[in-house]
Amino acid sequence: MTPSVLYALAGVLLFVGALYTLIIGPELVRRIMAFNIMGSGVFLVLIAFGARQPDAPTDPVPQAMVLTGVVVAVSATAVALALARHIHALSGHTRLPEDSPSDSI
Amino acid sequence: MNWGFWLPLMVVMSSMIPGLLIFLLPEERAVTRTLLNLGGALLKLALIAVMLWGVYYDRGYETRITLLPGFDLVMHASALAMFFVVLSGLLWLLTTIYAIGYLEGGQNKSRFFGFFSICVSATTGIALAGNLFSFVVFYELLTLATYPLVVHRGTPESLKAGRVYLAYTLAGGAMLMLGVIWLHSLVGPFDFVEGGALAPYQAEHAQLLTVIFFLLIAGLGVKASLVPLHGWLPLAMVAPAPVSALLHAVAVVKAGAFGIVRVVYDVYGVRVVEVLGLDEILAGLAALTILYGSVLALHQDNLKRRLAYSTVSQVSYIVLGVAIAGPLATIGGIVHLVHQGLMKITLFFCAGNLGETIGVHRISAMNGVGRRMPLTMAAFTIAALAMIGIPPLAGFVSKWYLGVGALEVGENWVIAVLVASSLLNAAYFLPIINAAWFNPPDGPWPKDVRRGRLETMPTLLWPPVITACAVVLAGVLANMPFSPLDWVKLIANRLYLP
Amino acid sequence: MTLTQLPWAVWCIMAPLLLAAACFVLGKRWGPLAGWLSAPLVAGVSSMLVWQVIEHGPQRYELGGWGAPLGIALRADGLSALMIAMTSAIVLIVSFYAHSYFQPAHGLTRHGDADDLAHRRQYFWPLWLLMWASMHALFLSNDLFNIYVTLEILGISSVALVSLAGGVALTAGMRYLFVTLTGSLFYLLGVALLYSAFGVLDLDLLGARVEAGPVVWAAFALMTVGLLLKTALFPLHFWLPSAHANAPAPVSALLSALVVKASFFLLVRLWLVVFGPLDALEWARLLGMLGSVAIIWGSIQALRQVRLKLLVAYSTVAQIGYLFVVFPLVAMGAPSAWPGGIYFVVSHAFAKAAMFLCAGTIARALGHDRIDMFHGVGKRHPVVIFAFGLAGISLMGLPPSGGYIAKWMLLSAAIETEQWVFMVVIHAGGLLAAAYVFRVLQHAFSSLPCVSPAQGEVPRAMELAPFVLAVIAILLGLAAPYPLMLMEIGDPFALATPAQGQP
Repeated sequence: MTPSVLYALAGVLLFVGALYTLIIGPELVRRIMAFNIMGSGVFLVLIAFGARQPDAPTDPVPQAMVLTGVVVAVSATAVALALARHIHALSGHTRLPEDSPSDSI
Repeated sequence: MNWGFWLPLMVVMSSMIPGLLIFLLPEERAVTRTLLNLGGALLKLALIAVMLWGVYYDRGYETRITLLPGFDLVMHASALAMFFVVLSGLLWLLTTIYAIGYLEGGQNKSRFFGFFSICVSATTGIALAGNLFSFVVFYELLTLATYPLVVHRGTPESLKAGRVYLAYTLAGGAMLMLGVIWLHSLVGPFDFVEGGALAPYQAEHAQLLTVIFFLLIAGLGVKASLVPLHGWLPLAMVAPAPVSALLHAVAVVKAGAFGIVRVVYDVYGVRVVEVLGLDEILAGLAALTILYGSVLALHQDNLKRRLAYSTVSQVSYIVLGVAIAGPLATIGGIVHLVHQGLMKITLFFCAGNLGETIGVHRISAMNGVGRRMPLTMAAFTIAALAMIGIPPLAGFVSKWYLGVGALEVGENWVIAVLVASSLLNAAYFLPIINAAWFNPPDGPWPKDVRRGRLETMPTLLWPPVITACAVVLAGVLANMPFSPLDWVKLIANRLYLP
Repeated sequence: MTLTQLPWAVWCIMAPLLLAAACFVLGKRWGPLAGWLSAPLVAGVSSMLVWQVIEHGPQRYELGGWGAPLGIALRADGLSALMIAMTSAIVLIVSFYAHSYFQPAHGLTRHGDADDLAHRRQYFWPLWLLMWASMHALFLSNDLFNIYVTLEILGISSVALVSLAGGVALTAGMRYLFVTLTGSLFYLLGVALLYSAFGVLDLDLLGARVEAGPVVWAAFALMTVGLLLKTALFPLHFWLPSAHANAPAPVSALLSALVVKASFFLLVRLWLVVFGPLDALEWARLLGMLGSVAIIWGSIQALRQVRLKLLVAYSTVAQIGYLFVVFPLVAMGAPSAWPGGIYFVVSHAFAKAAMFLCAGTIARALGHDRIDMFHGVGKRHPVVIFAFGLAGISLMGLPPSGGYIAKWMLLSAAIETEQWVFMVVIHAGGLLAAAYVFRVLQHAFSSLPCVSPAQGEVPRAMELAPFVLAVIAILLGLAAPYPLMLMEIGDPFALATPAQGQP
């Protein structure tokens, strides 16, 4: 097992674990962090595959992708946090209520 | 300008465009609305006249627009199509005049007349449709355009009738569409052909063709109110009288019956239907409907409901004539398309007149109405007697050809059905006539609207009188050139050419 | 350089992007006006691209002049052109609506004070144009990773637009955000796997190199699930009703009409270009079954709703189901189902946008959108109810409408391949749609007097915009050959036709 595969597997593990938290957790900040970890897992997979062949120079394309991905993740996190703050200001806590789309306007 | 191409489309559009314009009119622009309505109706009649003249001299009129690769919207003026187009064009004019009087002072008139016009366009489209694809398009358009007319009054009762109407007709439309698509996937796109288009496929796909036939008939039977698909028709009675008249005489019920005519003659072909053994089943169904509708009509006290069940029964004469595979029965069935339309529209006009003028809706309250409204009741009596089949009125001609046609191909049982049905017709119409003319009135009428010296408003009075005269003329002058019977003989000749 | 040689594909993305920035910079006072004026401009640019595709066939443009393996390419074939035409037409019309929607009404508005409204209006337009740009970019992109970026921009701008409504919409938006981010990450993981296996990101190059194998299957599963989540196929639709129903009306219209279709478009592209060799018959069947359940379940939920906007949202859940019935039909050997499905996308987009705008107008006029209190609306706002009815005809799949053409094509495909279950479901879905549409319409015909007090005048544009959209949905039924011709330019469904080389 080469190190790159090991890293890739670790990335997948992070992805799955964070996904689990993202789905079950009602706490918003926790879920936002879970999303970030999930993203990091994917980035780890990308980077790991970039260095697959030990002899050849590292493929720069995945690194460029990760760089872009980090920017995207940061902006998504910013939006999520802003929303969470609004929800907090409105309801006093940072949890999502049970799903009931038929709430009144 | 290429008249051969555009004329059928113009005939359809001559009522569609006024209809769309009427939607834009504010409620109080009554004069403009009337002008648009009558202008459209007269223009349509003029265009039909031109087309009729051309078809008589064997000119081809066909509009063909590609809607989907392989599927064209075709409007083709064949002899059979013209027969139905003339009926709808003439009766639309009369019904519009009647409706203008009937709805005076009512609400939502722009909406009403808008949908009314679209409804007639759809009917004309159904008549002219040159293939099944086009037929379905107009057939569904008709469903949509009639719903607002059925629920026009907006009472809970009419809304319920509207729901039932939609449930039946949309489900029927779905079955029709299914059958049509299936047929196309089997044999590819094809146009209506006199004598049928499916003969080459009959041996190969006999079973599938039978299944598809039942799908088509079920889909069309809903509108034609074949038993057991007739449930919506009596409920739809809550609609205003001109709507009922249109529904029963020209548009909806006729569209279904006309569709069955098309399927049997121009899609399958009489011979294929016969070989597949479908004619017997269809004839049985029609006979059942004829008797069942008449029996139920006997028990109704509400005049419009009785007329509704009478429609259930009468429309199946058309189906019966189509199902009996012989030229004379065909003549009887198709000519009934027009005869039934004339008779039934007269009856509904009269029923509407009674309701509007003196507030009489029930048969038990009709004692002595003949004295108060002699012209209306005279028209009613003529139409009712024609329904029963008294010579020399129009209904007699249909029944005569049906009976002779059945004997011609050895279907003797049909005579029994015809006799039984005529007796039942007499049993539910004669008491009305008797009460109206010979019983004294029970007392003052529930209401009494009188205008001038006539028994009711002229716009309400003249349409039934005119149609009653037509009933007489269609019977008496049946053998004259250009009478309905004469035209049907032309059609039947083309159908049964080897 | 003549007009036809300009890289219109690039401008389709750049124009809304730059204008979004401009609107943001111009701020409270001039921003909204600039946003409103940009809409026709962007639509004009898009129509130039469509014209270019029609005149000169498919377009390919390499960004920055870098070749495909390393650089990013844009590709505009007939399918993208049709999607862009649809997007631009709908966004343009809805923009007129939105302009009125965010104007201070006479008397009171539902959202309280004028400051709040000005605030919304200021941020609406930049986000709106950003969303538009991202959709164009998604339709034109030919690079897997670039598509990921467009997905994220689309998701984030949609969430922000949903949240503009405030209140309940905040939680709906939050939930939507999690869903859309999760979907994108699933997609990105798939991209990582594909890149590791084949070393390219360009769709065409990838399509040429790809061959079935475990990695490709894994990528296929991940990307499909991620995009299904974004497209809200049953049972992954749970987020859709609350997000679509609680957003401001113009936003709801775009979300239901276009945003879910963007991820569907991507799914179709991937199935055709990249995953063609997989021959994923079982997956196609599964998607078809889920789609069928969505049609029935979504329609029944729509029937049960008390609020109009939720009814329309559940109707979207149902209609999305039709799109996935296409997959098994194609897999079973009816490639004609692709154009049918795409036609369904287009006609549903116009009809659904019209319906959401109608719902918004009615909510504005009555101050609520409870269906059982709609008596007399038809009398007060006949145009709106008429538009709702016309759009409903297309949803029911009745002639003459775009929905009818699409349904006809899908049914033909179902019968050709003898898929009786799908045939029945497609039909049942149409009847159920009729049931929920007429449930609303019958109140318009009721003679009971209107019980809701009038909330002041409704701006003219808020009545006309849905009407125009609904009329287009109807016209699509009468002019089907043209869109069908357009979408076939460049043969986008080529891989779906196995019999291509054979006689």
